[in-house]
Amino acid sequence: MFDTALTLSDLMFLIKGAGMTLAVTFFAVTGGTLLGLLFGVLRAQISVWAALPLIFVLDVFRSVPLLIQLVLANAFQAIAGLNMPPFATSCIVLALYTSAYCTEIVRGAIDAVPTVTRRAARSLGLSWGQDMRYIVFPMALRVALPSWIGLTLGVMKDSALVLWLGLIELLRSGQILVTRLQEPMFILMVVGAIYFLMSFPIARLGGQLEKRWREND
Amino acid sequence: MIEIRNVYKSFGPLEVLKGVNLSVEKGEVVSVIGGSGSGKSTLLTCINGLEPINSGTILVDGVEVHAKTTDLNLLRRKIGIVFQQFNAFPHLTVLENVTLAPRKVLGMSKAAAEEIAVKQLTHVGLADKLSVYPGRLSGGQQQRMAIARALAMSPAYVLFDEVTSALDPQLVGEVLDTLKLLANEGMTMICVTHEMSFARDVSDRVAFFHKGVLAEIAPPDQFFSAPQHPETREFLSNIR
Repeated sequence: MFDTALTLSDLMFLIKGAGMTLAVTFFAVTGGTLLGLLFGVLRAQISVWAALPLIFVLDVFRSVPLLIQLVLANAFQAIAGLNMPPFATSCIVLALYTSAYCTEIVRGAIDAVPTVTRRAARSLGLSWGQDMRYIVFPMALRVALPSWIGLTLGVMKDSALVLWLGLIELLRSGQILVTRLQEPMFILMVVGAIYFLMSFPIARLGGQLEKRWREND
Repeated sequence: MIEIRNVYKSFGPLEVLKGVNLSVEKGEVVSVIGGSGSGKSTLLTCINGLEPINSGTILVDGVEVHAKTTDLNLLRRKIGIVFQQFNAFPHLTVLENVTLAPRKVLGMSKAAAEEIAVKQLTHVGLADKLSVYPGRLSGGQQQRMAIARALAMSPAYVLFDEVTSALDPQLVGEVLDTLKLLANEGMTMICVTHEMSFARDVSDRVAFFHKGVLAEIAPPDQFFSAPQHPETREFLSNIR
């Protein structure tokens, strides 16, 4: 009834590609989140005017298509003679791209913590840092998590674009197999299923955390 | 002792404090009454340095609150404040809400902080709610928790900013009872309030805040029966 030329070693090839996707996503999201935290706190802390240069740069990362950013960054690093491997270039570009979105998520979540709550914390004698650590971050995390999960899942899919720098990630592995086996429908279904299997646990983790926090309210 | 001397404060073009003078002795309970939105609450947030002032001085035990060299985090340990909005930390249990500052600010051990917290929460009648999250408490319970949270720092002064204004009428009594209890124990308190019976029964002095100044300050008997200032008379006749 159903016949395919896809062998076990082809499947392993796809899984290896998925590993590359996960690796790029991991570094991009980790780096992007750390930068986003830094920029987001800065944005929430300093005035709009002082933050203008930062806002502008981050807007560029958000509005220029990722593909263009990747290709340009790769070209620039070559011209500058940095000799960066495509993997590093990909991770850096994706991390900056992620940080641009993450900054807005962090800023919005911090702003969502009521001023009166923070005043209550400060009037108990908590320092700015203690207020941030014990009050603002835990409260903001609850606001930010759904958007952050969405961002992470988005970056995982967007990371497919790094195939333009020659990285053999999940989508590129699929393409290679399609070219060889001429079974586009089936292979793309398998690739799609692997993307789903990678995304699902992250989405569920977010759902679980949200549910646990909601039970307290 | 809290000494407020000729304090001016404005938000942009809006002048809210126009030369406020008030001294509060240790053990004294002073109620501040006056129209809504007149700046009474601002006065309280100036006392613990949450708001800067334009001119004048506020001294707490001789320390100038708004001096650049003053360590506000240190000063705030002895000034508790309870706000109109309950301001619970929603991600922490009742017990954690109360132990947070003693542990992180005073550096107490968890056990020591919990001992104090349990004592204060029992004091305000919340001993059975220790592991509950604030979202499960009524407004009155949240407000009593906020009072326990302020008291857990063993402050020398507690400022109450219209603590019953956001409560359902049937919950006002339980919070006022808590305040009376504190007053009777000799806590130094400044209460911005709209509860005239509280001001009359509990305060040592009542101050009338009008147009940016404390127009009249007098013991409650005199204040309510023989107000000197025409504005005070008008205010009191309106609320009766």
